[in-house]
Amino acid sequence: MAGRRTQVQTKLNGEETDFLCEPRQSLLEVLRDELGLTGTKEGCNNGNCGACSVLVNGRVANACCVLGVEAEGADITTIEGIADGDKLHPLQQAFLEEAALQCGICTPGFIVSSKALLDSEPEPDEERVRFWLAGNLCRCTGYDKIVRAVLKVSNTSDNG
Amino acid sequence: MQEITYLAPTSLGDVYEALADGKKSVLLAGGTDIIIQLREGRSDAEQVIDLKHIPELTQFAFNSAGDLEIGAAVPFAEIYENAEVIERFPALIDCATLVGGVQIQSRAGFGGNLCNASPAADTSPALIALSAILRIGSANTVRELAVEEFFLSPGQNALEKGEVLLQVVIPNAGTNSGAYFHRFIPRNEMDIAVANVGVSLSLNNAGDLIEDARVAIGAVAPTPLLVSAAAEALIGKEPNAETFSAAGDAAAAAAKPITDMRGSAAQRVHLSRVLTVRALERALERSKGN
Repeated sequence: MAGRRTQVQTKLNGEETDFLCEPRQSLLEVLRDELGLTGTKEGCNNGNCGACSVLVNGRVANACCVLGVEAEGADITTIEGIADGDKLHPLQQAFLEEAALQCGICTPGFIVSSKALLDSEPEPDEERVRFWLAGNLCRCTGYDKIVRAVLKVSNTSDNG
Repeated sequence: MQEITYLAPTSLGDVYEALADGKKSVLLAGGTDIIIQLREGRSDAEQVIDLKHIPELTQFAFNSAGDLEIGAAVPFAEIYENAEVIERFPALIDCATLVGGVQIQSRAGFGGNLCNASPAADTSPALIALSAILRIGSANTVRELAVEEFFLSPGQNALEKGEVLLQVVIPNAGTNSGAYFHRFIPRNEMDIAVANVGVSLSLNNAGDLIEDARVAIGAVAPTPLLVSAAAEALIGKEPNAETFSAAGDAAAAAAKPITDMRGSAAQRVHLSRVLTVRALERALERSKGN
């Protein structure tokens, strides 16, 4: 029973993107089910786990807590928009090098959230990284490797 | 989620009109509670009215009297990134940085947190301590309400049908004053308060006499409470351990908590006392910087 669908215009991962969605659909559902961008993961679907973290106008948000229709006019970045073509983003590279993932469900959210941090604060210390990432849950790694990966990028940005 | 209609009005007049159209409406600010409630069938709203396109509700500013006026749809992150707010109202920063994680703080704000009327909300005790005034609009008029009058019962606020929370106004606290918000949770971050406390102090110029004080406690009753007995224990006294201890006792006496998965009633009474004393000590420190 498809409801009335609304046209929404956004900028998605740098490209002007229009989509149709029902007002009741979350941005997470739109990304995954309508646009095929399945890099953004569904974890708790109630705003606790951060697996669906995306950037909305540069701020990190849980896509499960945003309606698709609220994205009208917004600039959205998902995990698919983080790498530069085939060249991994330094955070993605660091997550690999530091083995900062096991099952991987939380990883896109951690990378998007970490990018939001480093975009606004290029050299956060460990406490800041842990505080910032409190809204991203990981049940595999125990967080240390994730924090190490983010700090690695924090430090390397220092070296240019 | 049930079928809903989504409206994104750009003026308050259009909001009031939509609220009067006979449909079951819910107002949307950050959405971090509302959207979950809709999805989980805990709301029977037919119509969602997004407030984030209304200039009066999405801005914040200091007015000529030095009061901070925060639009009801301004997210926490915009508030706690503002240097003047950090300087003038650190107690707002205390609570705004603790509501959920950054993903929540990007969307959610004071207005929605108040309207949600959770007994354990982290902004309520801080705003009560700061004597915040709520500006509430309807098609015909605007009224003002002290924030401590806004909470009726868990999840129930004082908005009448057709009314919209417009702004949260935090009065200029003046010199020699300090406020602090304190919360206890068993984890480091990302949890709901077992107990929380907001306090404010105003001292004389010499700093040895408390001229005004407010103490508010949360998560220990069906609504956050302004504890007048705690203020009475403080006003006209020297700001010392004995005075603060008496205020802590008054806060503990006012707490009427339940036992639930987050903590026992006895623990919450104890926390009300301890958090009050510690918050007063820190508010006193802050008053010296003003």
